[in-house]
Amino acid sequence: MKHVDNSIEAGGHPVIALERVTKRFPGVVANDSVSLAIRAGEVHVLLGENGAGKSTLIGMLSGLQQPDEGRILIDGQPVAITSPRHALSLGVGTVFQHAMLVPTLTVAENLLLGAAWWRRPRKDSLRAEVEELASSLGIRIDLDATAAELSLGEQQQVEILRALLRNSRVLILDESTSMLTPSGIDELGALMRRLVKRGLAIVFITHKLREATAFGDRISILKLGRKVGEIAPERFSALSEDDLTAEIVETMFGNRRSDPDATTRVGTQFPADAQPLLAVRDLCLAPSATSPGLSKISFELRAGEVLGIAGIDGNGQKQLAEVLAGQIAADSGAILLEGRPVDAMSVGARRDAGLRYLTDDRLGEGTVGAFPVSINFFLKQVGRSPFWKAGIEQGGEIDRRAAELVRDYDVRTPSIRTPIGRLSGGNIQKVLLARELSTGAKAVIFNKPTYGLDLANTLVTRQRILDAAASGKGTLVISTDLEELLQLCDRIAVMSGGRLVGTVANGPHAASEVGSLMIGLAA
Amino acid sequence: MSVDTAPVEMTERSIVARSPGMRKVVHRLVLTVGPVLAALALAGLLLLALGVDPLAYYGYVINRGLLSPSGIQQTLTRMAPLLFLASGLIVAFRAGIWNLGADGQFLLAAVTAAAAGPYFAAIMPAWLAVVLAFLMSVLVAMAWSFVPALLRAYQGVNEIITTLMMTFLGTSLANVLVKLVFLDPGTTVPQTRTLPVEDRLPRLFDTTISSGLVLGLIAIVAVHLVMTRTSFGLRLRIVGANPRAAVHSGLAVPRLTLAVFALSAGLAGAAGAVDILGVQGNVRADWNPAYGFAVIPMVFLARFNGFAAIAFVLLLSVLSIGGESAARRLGVPNHFTLVLVAIVLIVLAIAEYIDHRFIQSRKA
Repeated sequence: MKHVDNSIEAGGHPVIALERVTKRFPGVVANDSVSLAIRAGEVHVLLGENGAGKSTLIGMLSGLQQPDEGRILIDGQPVAITSPRHALSLGVGTVFQHAMLVPTLTVAENLLLGAAWWRRPRKDSLRAEVEELASSLGIRIDLDATAAELSLGEQQQVEILRALLRNSRVLILDESTSMLTPSGIDELGALMRRLVKRGLAIVFITHKLREATAFGDRISILKLGRKVGEIAPERFSALSEDDLTAEIVETMFGNRRSDPDATTRVGTQFPADAQPLLAVRDLCLAPSATSPGLSKISFELRAGEVLGIAGIDGNGQKQLAEVLAGQIAADSGAILLEGRPVDAMSVGARRDAGLRYLTDDRLGEGTVGAFPVSINFFLKQVGRSPFWKAGIEQGGEIDRRAAELVRDYDVRTPSIRTPIGRLSGGNIQKVLLARELSTGAKAVIFNKPTYGLDLANTLVTRQRILDAAASGKGTLVISTDLEELLQLCDRIAVMSGGRLVGTVANGPHAASEVGSLMIGLAA
Repeated sequence: MSVDTAPVEMTERSIVARSPGMRKVVHRLVLTVGPVLAALALAGLLLLALGVDPLAYYGYVINRGLLSPSGIQQTLTRMAPLLFLASGLIVAFRAGIWNLGADGQFLLAAVTAAAAGPYFAAIMPAWLAVVLAFLMSVLVAMAWSFVPALLRAYQGVNEIITTLMMTFLGTSLANVLVKLVFLDPGTTVPQTRTLPVEDRLPRLFDTTISSGLVLGLIAIVAVHLVMTRTSFGLRLRIVGANPRAAVHSGLAVPRLTLAVFALSAGLAGAAGAVDILGVQGNVRADWNPAYGFAVIPMVFLARFNGFAAIAFVLLLSVLSIGGESAARRLGVPNHFTLVLVAIVLIVLAIAEYIDHRFIQSRKA
């Protein structure tokens, strides 16, 4: 499906524009200076993986969140969108990923919700309005059906209709296709085309490539909070669908961008008969509602080696890390550290044996935000000498060592007594690095080590990983950032649906090999 | 009242501006004392509405609860069980476990003490009888918390519900025990046998103050030190502040949970034991002073700090002892003490909110 109807308003002024918008959450930069222009008569696709910052961007457009820096312009005028209600009054309607209709009310009642409370609902005029709108869009809506009776696709149509009834000029569809059947997706696509013909501006969020190329006019690609590429309508229509796909894949996973640090490392070959530091055999974990579990994961990690685990987020990487660290028990399989099984060991015993886990959830589980930086260094050593003696806290010893670690790991903190929750993500990460690497580490699991960090801290963290490997530690790096793995790793294994679908030795061709394993094209 | 405190805050800020630690303490103090005064003023309005002169009421309460010799002795004696309850709640709340079952644990321990005390006193030296009865009470209270503890530790069942339910059961069970099992056949009043005054916990010097006060003070200071200075206390605080970080750090969360329940309930049990073995001597049917629920707001006001809790328990004691006298003299209902405490809590929460907004707006 190609469209050359970008004549309407092509190059016209944007209805909504984001100007260098930045949004930070504790420990992460969700959007880093993103600029975006939404024009009437265009389907503007926002493409990106989980955590790329799409939802935050939509949150700011629909009034759920306020930008920390930058501004939002509506018709060229800077506006602070303070609430979803305010967004609606400005003509920005949002259809969220999960339907927001009241299931026990009828369609008509749902459409009438949100009017001023002192007014009597105007059912008759609604009926006329809906009929006119629906017939012009070629959709059928039964106003008397209860919302629960409708299919998900129909519910979405009702929500779109609701936005149109409020005279929205911009319609935001947040991952609207994720719950739909293939035919439902095609229907929604056709509806979007009819809506933009009427002069509406549509923002369509998805992480599926095919939908982006089939329904979009313009594509913006987000990656780790930054906008890394935009394909304008002219280029969009000039390229064939295959070329378009190739270009998008390149932008999302490749390193065409002139990033000075994006150098591919050529992996060191470790002799196959070298004693593995960490050996994992046939690790299995039953799938749960939120994860695909693990099926027969086996790999070996040698001293000094950096092994990457690539894959789209949520394919079992976190479960693998937690099983290795001992936080959850595997159903079957074996984990051997220096040839000795650690399966029966507790989290603490594994740590003592040298198996370290650096979590990706720095504030959620890595630290206790309200506790001082000093205590957070030793969260995994509570009760141990010399910081505690006979169970009594040795404040002087803790402070002395904490000050040392702050210096060695360049933690920027006002004081070692500052609650760690007040530090930036990069500095919290330095505390975690110090905790895992400073003493006794043999094999270290890094889970998304640079997620949400700025460039400087990203580079510091990557250097720490390389240093750890150079000093003979075995390191396992789990990341959704392929470039990062290409820079760091000797080998890259790809995880998909809870299994390792392949392992690639790092080298000039690794990027495309891993990329195709990731999106399921090979193997 | 609240208006009056504002300039005080300003001047104090400027005086101590050079030492941030001191400034913090002053800030905290203003933020605690100010609302208490404001609450007293609000409650005064309520008294006016009831047709009682608030100044006369407060004067009477302070006189009877704090200044008169018999009043202060009663107040200090009343503090003993309250201190034990507060220390038990501090352990639990700091570990993020909301033990609302203190009253059930308290009453069952009280009944145990009342049953065991006279029985042991008849067959062994009084000091040994008291010690044994005390230990038995603590064990019974611990046992009563065991089911909620297991449910919370291994099934994640919300302890607020379970401990509350166990309190209802415990209160009734205590009553049943008094009326059916441990009923003193020697009196017509339904109550347990009475521990002779000479066999009870000794009184301090020549006063009527029970030595339970000293035990209570030791307990709360010990709890405070354990929670703030030891690895065990830190582990509990980690579990309380961020349970996922506790798992990540390799702490045995279920076992720590069991320990918290045992400690918290044991201390509540000790409260029941000192009240019976030191003051009451027996348990009457339908007796339920509900100290546990009265202490909860005090522990929050003290922000789980043991030393601050001593001050707030003293305040509660003065208010309740004085309030009981005032109730008899001025006709203000006895429960007015609780109304007062509730107003203090609400004003304090509002002050906290305003302070938070103030700090936020200054940052922006």
